[in-house]
Order: sequence, then structure tokens, then C-alpha cells
Amino acid sequence: MSEVLTAPLVVEFPFTRSLGPVQSAFLTGLRERTVLGVTASDGRVVVPPTEYDPVTAEEIRDLVEVGSAGTVTTWAWNPSPRRGQPLATPFAWVLVRLDGADTALLHALDAPGPDAVRTGMRVRIRWAAQRTGAITDIACFEPDGSPGGEGGARPQGDAQPAPHDGEFADPVTGITAPARLDYTYAPGRAQSRYLRALADHKTIGERCPSCRKVYVPPRGACPTCGVATDTQVEVGPRGTVTTFCIVNIKAKNLDIEVPYVYAHIALDGADLALHARIGGIPYDRVRMGLRVEPVWTEDGRFPDRYRPTGEPDADYDSYKELV
Amino acid sequence: MREVAIVAFGQSVHVRDSAETSEVEMLMPVLHDVLEQTGLAARDIDFTCSGSSDYLAGRAFSFTMALDGVGAWPPISESHVEMDGAWALYEAWVKLLTGEAETALVYAYGKSSPGDVREVLTRQLDPYYVAPLWPDSVALAALQAQALIDAGLTDERVLAGIAARSRTAAESNPHAQLRGVVPAGEHLVAPLRTGDCPPIGDGAAAVVLAAGDTARRLTDRPAWIRGLDHRIEAHALGVRDLTDSPSTRLAAERAGAFARPVDTAELHAPFTSQEVVLRRALKLDAPDSTVRINPSGGALATNPVMAAGLIRLGEAAARIHRGESDRALAHATSGPCLQQNLVAVLEGE
Repeated sequence: MSEVLTAPLVVEFPFTRSLGPVQSAFLTGLRERTVLGVTASDGRVVVPPTEYDPVTAEEIRDLVEVGSAGTVTTWAWNPSPRRGQPLATPFAWVLVRLDGADTALLHALDAPGPDAVRTGMRVRIRWAAQRTGAITDIACFEPDGSPGGEGGARPQGDAQPAPHDGEFADPVTGITAPARLDYTYAPGRAQSRYLRALADHKTIGERCPSCRKVYVPPRGACPTCGVATDTQVEVGPRGTVTTFCIVNIKAKNLDIEVPYVYAHIALDGADLALHARIGGIPYDRVRMGLRVEPVWTEDGRFPDRYRPTGEPDADYDSYKELV
Repeated sequence: MREVAIVAFGQSVHVRDSAETSEVEMLMPVLHDVLEQTGLAARDIDFTCSGSSDYLAGRAFSFTMALDGVGAWPPISESHVEMDGAWALYEAWVKLLTGEAETALVYAYGKSSPGDVREVLTRQLDPYYVAPLWPDSVALAALQAQALIDAGLTDERVLAGIAARSRTAAESNPHAQLRGVVPAGEHLVAPLRTGDCPPIGDGAAAVVLAAGDTARRLTDRPAWIRGLDHRIEAHALGVRDLTDSPSTRLAAERAGAFARPVDTAELHAPFTSQEVVLRRALKLDAPDSTVRINPSGGALATNPVMAAGLIRLGEAAARIHRGESDRALAHATSGPCLQQNLVAVLEGE
């Protein structure tokens, strides 16, 4: 058995972002199958549009409408699409300069294979069936087989962009971009030992070889001396409340009645207080110096709470260094 | 102007998966190494600066845990950049130049093993237009590689040669993760093959900076920072000419890299194709050039994200410390397709 524990860790969040006037017009435009760009200070048409000049950083907002077909400026063949990418089958990443634009937009190109893709090829937007005002309203690009498309004689990139007021009914003012990353969390040697001991209802700290302090929970290093703490020391189970607060706001999904007390507890033998909930005593009777002990629930992997032991309160001098 | 030098450099042995050790457990031996080299204790250091990213760990404020390894009590003067440690070194360098500190400890670490680094790095992209498409780091580098091939500036054979040269050089680097002949492999995202891409790994690095006579006292041959500059270009990939790196060129110019030839260049090019861009931007491609490029093996051999750029500065400095170089260029990058670039010029006395 490996000494070190691991566990899946998922970080997931629906990032909600507001849009500025240019981004709002662009993304609303996509919903309406209209592609807008913005004219930069040097006259270049920037697509996708930004609210600032990419060179001078000046604010810009002169919107223009550009074509929904364009030219591939560079590409890369993706044989193994990954989660969240626009297509589930092998596809090409492409930078596409839409007709009338001077910069390129990144997206996916649906093509049968890498032999069907080349720089300079003509492509056009395939619109998503359901459009909400997001970059994914462009489902992907596809080869442009229309007259003037692939093999056609149409000169590329010289289409005249038309001024556009950027006004649409019911404009999109924000986007929600869900993001999820999957990790395997490994807490390292010191915390693994701590967590394994907790499973046996024991609390272990680690002693610094230099200053002799015992840290709980141990993280493998003494923050004062900057050296590894590698001697395990069993501490507790009893301890002393060094300070506390009364929680009056109920946390979401937390099945604890308010008010309750959250406290710093210096376990006997430890030189650092850990924090836990206090139970078994009215919230307004908890005090500094109160002696407490852990309460474990049936399958608990850490103490559910601490309760009074009934011992006399500890002397302030015995824990004042830990407040 | 005050003189500032890199006086010590240390790094971990970089591995694919360091689940056995937490960040601080991985970092501590490296910190002890550089302090021992200089004979300094943690409390002697005037300023500490670090580089790392919460997105690699998947935890907020993860760098504060690593601070335990420094010995941050009693309180120290400390700062952190959510970037490669090369930018932390820049901050420390400024601190020393202004006379606010005499010595500085700079460290960086990254563990890519807990997550999927190709996906993690998508979170640094434009959140409105690009990140929702989840283009991974290899895909973006591949777009740049194809642009170079289309422009006639390289081809797949040349790129394979860069990979082979780097990993052969890494054979003499005991810290490197990938060494010796590595097959070009299949296309990961064409035109880039497995061999064109960096290993995914975990590691840490640290340097000590010192000013003037303090530097001379701490080491026999300080690596003096003669110039240091960093530049950024437009965020949108479709706005940039991906075959060029004007930000690298400008940073190099401001750092004084073109004033006299260098004998060594440590380039932070995680992808073979990026070395092509950097060599052109840094004018290292003269036919009669004798510049040793990435004698450490570079990021193709060792790529702990957030530390790989600081390692370029450290490797360049270490060559000067050992007397193998008199004037070296070190480069660090951050962001997709060489978006941000830092260039330092280091010299022996």
C-alpha cells in the first residue's frame, strides 16, 4: 500500500461574465447569424472584435459587418478531440480570416481528414441549431464548396466590411461559461499520515527537529524554521479552547442549527491550535480555557465536534502562547 | 546603477508524478540547497518572491502552503506572482536595484501531475471568445508550428532535429526528466508529434540574488544580471503574426542582448517550433554562430510549468558559475504561443 493518499478533486464553476458594448454586439450578432468586427485605429478590421485597440490600447467601437466565409490562415489537425471542444470527431483547429476582416478567429473546422485541409482554403461558418449569444453559436467551420468558394475565382479577403450599428433586439449582456477541471489530489506524506491516523480516531502532529514545536495538522514543514517535520507525535485527544466565535449564519447544505460555536482548540501536546465546532454546551456558555474532547460519529473520518470534558478550565498561562 | 547577480541556483529532480510529496515537501530540499550554497540562513534573506499557479494544484492560495518551507515566521518580506518564477525573479531584481534589499530568494514550483495540464492551461485564454472552445496548449502550439511550416521557416524534419539535440544535451543534466534519443512519435496535434512536445512533470527551482559586494562575498563567480526586460503582445492569437516574436526581440534589445554576442542561450521553448521563432527573434541563426543553445536540454527535457522559465535563468547562471560561459542569454515565456517573453543577459566578471 502506498504511504500516500489520493482522492478525486473536481473544480467546477459556471463562470458568469458581463459583456461590454462591443462584445455584446458581437455575441448577439452570432445569435442572429451576423458576424461583426471592429475597426482599429489603423483601419484594420478586428474579428473577433475587442473593445480596445490591440496595438494602442485605445478604446474602439466602430462596428462593421464581415462575411461568414473566409480563408484559413493556419491550422492544426486534432486526431483526438477532448472534452469541451467543438467537435467530437477528429477535426482541424483553424484560424480563419473572415472576408472583410484583417485578423483571424480561432475555431474548429469539420473536415474528413488532414489531407482535406490546407492554409489558404476557403471555409464558411456552420451555425449551431440552438444559438444563445456565445462563441459556440458558431458550431464550427466547414469547407466552402459554393461558387466563389473552394476552387472559385473569388479574390480572398477583399470584401468590403459594411458599417453596422450593433443594435439588435434583446441584446445578450452576459455569458455563462461552465468550466470543469478534474484533479487527483495527493496531500503528500505528512498530511497522509495525519489522515490515516484520524481514521483510527487518533490525532498526530509532527515535531520540528529544530524548535521542537508540534504542528497539528502537520504539513511536513516547520513554518518558523523552514525545515522538514518528520517525527510523529500523538496529541490530544483532549484539548483547550483558546478562542472562539459564535456563528449566526446558516451555511448552505450544512445541517447544523445556528447559533453554534466554532473554536480554536489546542490539543494536549500540540503547539498549534486546530479549529472545530463545539457541541454539548449552550453557545453562550463556551469560554476560553474550556476543556474539550472529540466526539466521533459512526463512520466519521474526523471528529464531528468537540464537547466539554467537565474538567476545570485551563489556566490562561497554559495556553496563552497559542491564542 | 547597482549591480545584481544570481549567486546560487538549485532545482529538483523533475519527475512525471510526485504524488508522494506535497508542494512544500518537494520545494524544501531545493530551498535548503541554494541557502547552503551561499551559507545564508532563511532569516538572512531580505526579500522572498515566488511563482506558481493555483490552477495546477486546483486549490486557491496554494502558494501560501509552500511558504512554510521558507520559514515565514517571524514575518518576512515576501511576494508572489501567479506566473513563471522568472517573473518573480524580475520583481526581486527590481527590489535589489532600488536598494530595498541586499539579498533575495526566488523560487518557483509546479506540479502538473494532479490535473490535465493541457486542459488546465486553457483557463488562461480569453474567457469570452476562446476558452469556451477548450483549445489545449498543444493545439495552439501546433497552429504556430503550421504557420512556420507554411512560411517556409521550418519543416517536420528540422523540428525533430531540435528535439533530438535538446534531449541529447539533457543526457548530462542529472535533473532532466526526458533524456537521450526520444522517438518523434505520432502526431499529437499535427504538425506536432509527441517528440516536439515537452514532458509533463513536477518540479521546483530556486535562485538566490545578491547585490554588489554581497554577491562577491557569497560566491566566487557571480552571474551578473546585465539587463533584464519582459514584454507582452496582443492577447488574441489571430491578431499576431505567429511566426514572429516581436516581444522577445524588444525585450532582448532592452536587456542589451544585441550589444555583444553571447556564448550560451537558454531558451524557454516548450515546443520545438517555438525554438525556431525564438532563434529568429534573438538573431541566433547566423551561419557562423557558435552559441550553445539549451545545453541543459531546455524545456523539451524538463518542463515543470511555472518553474521552467526560472530554470532557464538558473541554468544560464550556473554555466557562468562553473566558468563554462562568460556571457549568456536566458529567456522565459508565459501564455500561449510565446505570448509573454522575458530576456536576461548574464555575465561573469
